[in-house]
Amino acid sequence: MSQPQPIGSPLVHIAGVEKYFQRGAEKIHVLAELNLAVAPGEFLALMGPSGSGKSTLLNLIGGLDRPTKGTVTVAGERIDQLSDRQLADWRARHIGFVFQLYNLMPVLNAERNVELPLLLTHLNAAQRAQHVAAALALVGLSHRAKHFPRTLSGGEQQRVGIARGIVTDPTLLLCDEPTGDLDRKAGDEILDLLCALNREHGKTIVMVTHDPHASARASRTVHLFKGQITNEAVK
Amino acid sequence: MSGLLNWLSQVAAITKFGLLSIPQRRGSVAATICGTAGVVAVFIGVLSIATGFRRVMASSGAPDAAIVLRSGADSEMVSGFGRDETRLIADAPGLARNARGPLVSAELFVIINLPKRSTGTDANVPLRGVEGAAAEVREQLKIVSGRMFEPGKNEVIVGVGAAREFAGLDAGAVVKVGRESWPVVGIFTASGGLAESEMWTDAKVLQAAYQRGDSFQSVYARLASPGAFQQFKDALTSNPRLSVKVERVSDYYAGQSTMLASLITGLGVLIAALMAVGAVFGALNTMYSAVAARTREIATLRALGFGSGAVVLALMLESLALALGGGAIGAGAAYAVFNNFTAATMNWQSFSQVTFAFAVTPTLLVQGVIWATLIGLIGGLLPAIRAARLPIASALREL
Ligand SMILES: Nc1ncnc2c1ncn2[C@@H]1O[C@H](COP(=O)(O)OP(=O)(O)O)[C@@H](O)[C@H]1O
Ligand SMILES: [Mg+2]
Repeated sequence: MSQPQPIGSPLVHIAGVEKYFQRGAEKIHVLAELNLAVAPGEFLALMGPSGSGKSTLLNLIGGLDRPTKGTVTVAGERIDQLSDRQLADWRARHIGFVFQLYNLMPVLNAERNVELPLLLTHLNAAQRAQHVAAALALVGLSHRAKHFPRTLSGGEQQRVGIARGIVTDPTLLLCDEPTGDLDRKAGDEILDLLCALNREHGKTIVMVTHDPHASARASRTVHLFKGQITNEAVK
Repeated sequence: MSGLLNWLSQVAAITKFGLLSIPQRRGSVAATICGTAGVVAVFIGVLSIATGFRRVMASSGAPDAAIVLRSGADSEMVSGFGRDETRLIADAPGLARNARGPLVSAELFVIINLPKRSTGTDANVPLRGVEGAAAEVREQLKIVSGRMFEPGKNEVIVGVGAAREFAGLDAGAVVKVGRESWPVVGIFTASGGLAESEMWTDAKVLQAAYQRGDSFQSVYARLASPGAFQQFKDALTSNPRLSVKVERVSDYYAGQSTMLASLITGLGVLIAALMAVGAVFGALNTMYSAVAARTREIATLRALGFGSGAVVLALMLESLALALGGGAIGAGAAYAVFNNFTAATMNWQSFSQVTFAFAVTPTLLVQGVIWATLIGLIGGLLPAIRAARLPIASALREL
């Protein structure tokens, strides 16, 4: 862990969070009276039907958006009160994102994509190259370092995405439907990789999915329905 | 310091994506570049006309040459003197002299019609009658082929500009005007000055041919020194037997060129401004579509922690790079096409043709680049701000 935590205190703490979007005169209520805690070292799956507010919740945890009401505390810091600029810096230091559609830069090859978050650190080029090589090795793609996204399979692209997500050794890895666009075999490989990152490297992971097969791999599953947590299942 | 370097490396990284992705946006990028190139080329092209015209007028007079006109006359066209008056002028103090006397030339001119080489249509050429000292009064005059006309004979010499512009003005040819025949005996240069657009003959011969008696329209004089101008002028204006106006030749021509040069400059700026509006919309469109095409990429970068200031600056740099690319092409094209391109135009004060070369000067090239810069900055700003303002969460939802 990059951030030492008092024993027993959660890494992510969400209390009384409400979120609505304003669309014209209409208020779209997405999350209501939501409470959630994620312990350090957990691999949490957020399950629920489409439109239930999973991505919205993940965005709040990752500092991409702010709640309408309530508090979001990550690693002891109230991020719901940070300015846009502070949030950007905070994300660079604490969060790794993995997207359903990988979101790689098509004009950059694999290692340049993985290097991107390191441009926001104080590492020099040689140090960055070291970190990139380590991250690509971890996801098993060292031999594809010079390949461009369009020449990689979906599973390989997602592995580049994961390497980019972990290259800065973030406090928290957030994945939004990481297997949603992959076939079963490639999806399983990605889930294996996430499990390994969690078990062997102690990464705390929050993963949004609507696939029970994926959530079965997590250490705990939280079900979301119409913006509220309906039940929790701990393995 | 490392914070700044870090920020600059963010800007560099985002700019690089933009430039690398240009091949995928070939159409709109090409339109922007062409639009900007067009503005810059037209701007430089039109203004090179004004610059070239001013240059001719400016090189038409040395600072130690003066012109004397009837008081109240704005140009030679409406001025007039008798022989007794021109003698008084020649006797004034402050003039340069040689063995034959003071360097003054009393002159008159008529306008004749000749066909232009390019179109075959008739246009006006001044035929100027000069006195013996005319060539010395205009120090820069040089015969480049043939010889000087002989006093008392129906012979003309022709300026290179006029010879180039009008048909039948080659050395050895004969110009027929009415019942008179004027053999062309020589071609002259006047270091780019206005005289190069004229034909010259002996003043006495011209007076006789056009029944002008012994009258003139102007007196050109070479001063003993540029500083002698005031003395010369004061002597003439205080003489009760004369009613004249005295100017340095350089000032006189500069005054004549102002109107036309300003007209051309104004027109050039107007046309360029209108085109620039179009080019700005082109750049706006290109950058808006660049931003739209990259909404998700930009949102991803910002999710990773890239700052919105870096995004704005990078998009501005991209727009600027495209506009400057277009500007460079436009400036290069304008230089290749317009520099030293020769033309003739009406000198409205003498109602005759002035030939001159377009001049694409470094100043004009710099001004063209400034236009391109403005187009790039204006066209890039709004799309860049939009990209930076877009909420990340909703931008990430777009496919
Ligand atoms: N930026 C937004 N503006 C307006 N409505 C939004 C926005 N983001 C999400 N929503 C709405 O909130 C609801 C939940 O969306 P989301 O969190 O993406 O659900 P999920 O990820 O569970 O499918 C949906 O009805 C969606 O339309
Ligand atoms: Mg979602």
